[in-house]
Amino acid sequence: MMIRTPLRPLARILQARASGLNPDTIEAENRRQRSEALRDRARAGAEGRLWLLAGVFVLAFATIGGRMAVLAAADPAEPRSATAGAEIRAQRADLTDRHGRVLATNLVTHSLYAQPRDMVDPARAARELARIFPDIDAAALERRLTDGRSFLWIRRKLSPEQMQAVHEIGDPGLLFGPREMRLYPNGRLAAHVLGGASFGDEGVHSAEVIGTAGIEKALDDRLRDPAHAGQPVALSLDLTVQAAVEEVLGAGMTMMNAKGAAAILMEAATGEILALSSLPDFDPNDRPQPPTQGDPADSPLFNRAVQGLYELGSTFKIFAAAQALDLGLVNPETLVDASAPMTFGRHKIKEFQNKNYGPQLSVTDIIVKSSNVGTARLALQIGAVRQQAFLKSLGLFDPTPVELVEAPRARPLIPARWVDIVTITTSYGHGMSASPLHLAAAYAAIANGGVAVRPTLLHGGPHAPGPRVMSEQTARQAVSMLRDVVAREEGTANLAEVPGYAVAGKTGTADKPNPRGGYYDDKVINTFASVFPAHDPKYVLIVTLDEPVENTGTEPRRTAGWTAVPVAAEIIRRTAPLLGLRPAIEPRGPDALTLTAN
Amino acid sequence: MTEMVHGTVPVRAGEPVLPRWWRTIDKWALVAVFVLFGIGLLLGLAASVPLAERNALPPYYYVQRQMVFGLTAMGVMLAVSMLNPAEVRRMGVLLFLAAFVALALLPFLGTDFGKGAVRWYSLGFGSFQPSEFLKPGLVVLAAWLVAASQDVNGPPGKALSFALTLIVVTLLVLQPDFGQAMLVMFGWGVVYFVSGAPWVLIATVITMIVFGGIVAYNGSEHFARRIDGFLTPEIDPRSQLGYATNAIQEGGFFGVGVGEGQVKWQLPDAHTDFIIAVAAEEYGLMLVLLIIALYGLITVRSLLRLTRERDPFIRLAGAGLAAMLGVQAMINMGVAVRLMPAKGMTLPLVSYGGSSVIAAGIGLGMLLALTRTRPQGQIGDFLFHRARG
Repeated sequence: MMIRTPLRPLARILQARASGLNPDTIEAENRRQRSEALRDRARAGAEGRLWLLAGVFVLAFATIGGRMAVLAAADPAEPRSATAGAEIRAQRADLTDRHGRVLATNLVTHSLYAQPRDMVDPARAARELARIFPDIDAAALERRLTDGRSFLWIRRKLSPEQMQAVHEIGDPGLLFGPREMRLYPNGRLAAHVLGGASFGDEGVHSAEVIGTAGIEKALDDRLRDPAHAGQPVALSLDLTVQAAVEEVLGAGMTMMNAKGAAAILMEAATGEILALSSLPDFDPNDRPQPPTQGDPADSPLFNRAVQGLYELGSTFKIFAAAQALDLGLVNPETLVDASAPMTFGRHKIKEFQNKNYGPQLSVTDIIVKSSNVGTARLALQIGAVRQQAFLKSLGLFDPTPVELVEAPRARPLIPARWVDIVTITTSYGHGMSASPLHLAAAYAAIANGGVAVRPTLLHGGPHAPGPRVMSEQTARQAVSMLRDVVAREEGTANLAEVPGYAVAGKTGTADKPNPRGGYYDDKVINTFASVFPAHDPKYVLIVTLDEPVENTGTEPRRTAGWTAVPVAAEIIRRTAPLLGLRPAIEPRGPDALTLTAN
Repeated sequence: MTEMVHGTVPVRAGEPVLPRWWRTIDKWALVAVFVLFGIGLLLGLAASVPLAERNALPPYYYVQRQMVFGLTAMGVMLAVSMLNPAEVRRMGVLLFLAAFVALALLPFLGTDFGKGAVRWYSLGFGSFQPSEFLKPGLVVLAAWLVAASQDVNGPPGKALSFALTLIVVTLLVLQPDFGQAMLVMFGWGVVYFVSGAPWVLIATVITMIVFGGIVAYNGSEHFARRIDGFLTPEIDPRSQLGYATNAIQEGGFFGVGVGEGQVKWQLPDAHTDFIIAVAAEEYGLMLVLLIIALYGLITVRSLLRLTRERDPFIRLAGAGLAAMLGVQAMINMGVAVRLMPAKGMTLPLVSYGGSSVIAAGIGLGMLLALTRTRPQGQIGDFLFHRARG
């Protein structure tokens, strides 16, 4: 029995019409069949999906059951703290000076927290705590202890006396967690080098100590590296020298009415920094918050020696002279046209106080008298390209590589276009800004016989000799010129003479740029860059004073010769014996003989 | 004639309601439900005593309450399971409408019982959580709409039900109650999946979830920290999970003995979210496996019984209800054994809670009503050679 159903539904309806039947019933029958077919197809499809769903549930329930069985079969361990592995140890390495004297170490102390649920009498505890810690408000603390929370930090660090006092409150809900804190036993000494540390991730059982600034942050990974646990890092600083430098610099800053000061003492051969100070300073044990307003460069946190970018003035002149010597353009006695003012295009190059040292000066005299015009002539002979290459080789165009987190951000400010007038102004230290540390590294290259150095704060590291930037003879001649700046009566730094230590150096006085354009005429940065002892240079000392003024004379004096130079001389007088330098009678070279004959 | 055309076999005319109910109901599932409810009371005897003590009430106060609510729930369940599918559908839709209005009015009339999320109405003698009632209602409504969309010239039921679900999910997230929102979304997903969601779409959604998870893990530190906390093998022993794990380990295979458990004193949610830990500690792995088996039995049996179902509405609604019950139980227990990140969710029927147990009764009643055996037209297929494939 076969019922033949035409493929096209309409066909049956036409047939039915023809035979007089009701087409609606056929249409209804068609629709019924269609929906039935659909329904059966849906059921067949859904059957598989329901099986799949059921299978997933069986698997999921079996997993949970299996996991329960694994847990139940495991021996119940004595409940132990999840942080058991991170017990308090002296995790962060100590920092010492070059002789192993401690600069930063760790101290185990305790933090105080509360578990209000376990507290017997929150009101009394809050009162007692407010008595022990005067800055706690008893009412506010009580409110926080009773608002239903289960945990509350009260103090990050406690002194032993405070801890005992809290013990004596006797409330079981007040608990102590061990804490390792960073301690700087020398207080403010070398504050800018050390930077500071604070707590990172904190838990009840321990807290990580992370560096927030300075070398603590720059060497954070090394200091926290468990592979070096307990091995202190020796810095190149010398604690005694650092203390002397800071003391003298602080006194000098007061005496010269400066608003800030910086000093760097560097070993010329290796670039190791023996002392680095920036004033005003701070106590790294209690590092202040960064200022939210005002110029950040005025904050005590600002490291003037490393972060401060200043036009360093005439201290740059020796670079032009040294390069001219090195290139063979001149020798120390070559006479150079020095008639002031010198006209260059639209610009007029003048001397200090509109003096005129002309018509001619020897190269040595250009340095001794600090002649802008003479230096400008030398720079024009050298040319822009060679000048830039030389300054770059001294490290004056790039951030210093010293191990301080602030250093990479202190990139020297270089004019975008190096036109000829920039060549001239740069030769006497205007138009480009660098930090005192840059200057120290560049002077070290002159002092050590012409080899570039990498300033560093780490003691005894591998000191690969840097590339040679000038010949040894040039370096010796440059130091000899610098020596004349101090030794000769008409030299700008004659106040720097320290008997027995043969100081050589160059002064620099630069007007401070006014943020509204141009320069202030009564605000200066005074720098004295020095090298000693001149016959065998070992050390470089840079002293920078910010807005100094010397008032003992009839009128205020703002040149470096009157401010930075005496301070530097006093620093050398104090530190040279500490550095183990023996005062020596200066050997007389052939130059000196010529001079006496003069 | 109608019967001949539509292929149904006449039910025995005049058969009394109860015998027919007994003949067609899924007796295994029914028994499983009663056993679970009994286990809930048994555990309540242990788990709710500390709560009663904290609230200065007689020790078995909560057990008595649970008994009252539970018996009501069982009665409701039996009554609902006697309805026929059309009545279930009507009831489900009405339940959805009522619960939806209640849910929408929560922000104005609800209370948060100091727990930070406005989820309840306070009724004096107890509390009432609309979202518990909304879940079964929404599944039934969604199933109805989706089933209708499969008819020739049917309404766009999938889009409509999805839009409704999104609205409900939004309301729940605003409370906030992510757990219930997830469950509702899952219920709709099951309905849509069984109705024949395209595999390409499913694959796309899974890919997107995985991808979104990776993006969230890399992008949000908060999210990453929670996942890391979940993934670390170490547990802080003073967290809820730490106590729960310890309780399961203490219990071992046969438990520490009735009433000897400690975890109920340590966990504030021992009578609801972590009741499985109480069961594991006092009665051991045996009872836990029994509980898991019972939930598995109800879920899987219901799903398999529905494979024979021809009526799309019954199939979809039943699958949605069964899957939602199974998943809720799974999440609750999965959290206790750290297979899933912490999420507050009750164990249906077993956990303490007035409106939760009654809502579970309604849901189960609907499920039982839908999984009853009913003629599927096999005789018609046979008679008229309509059987396909």
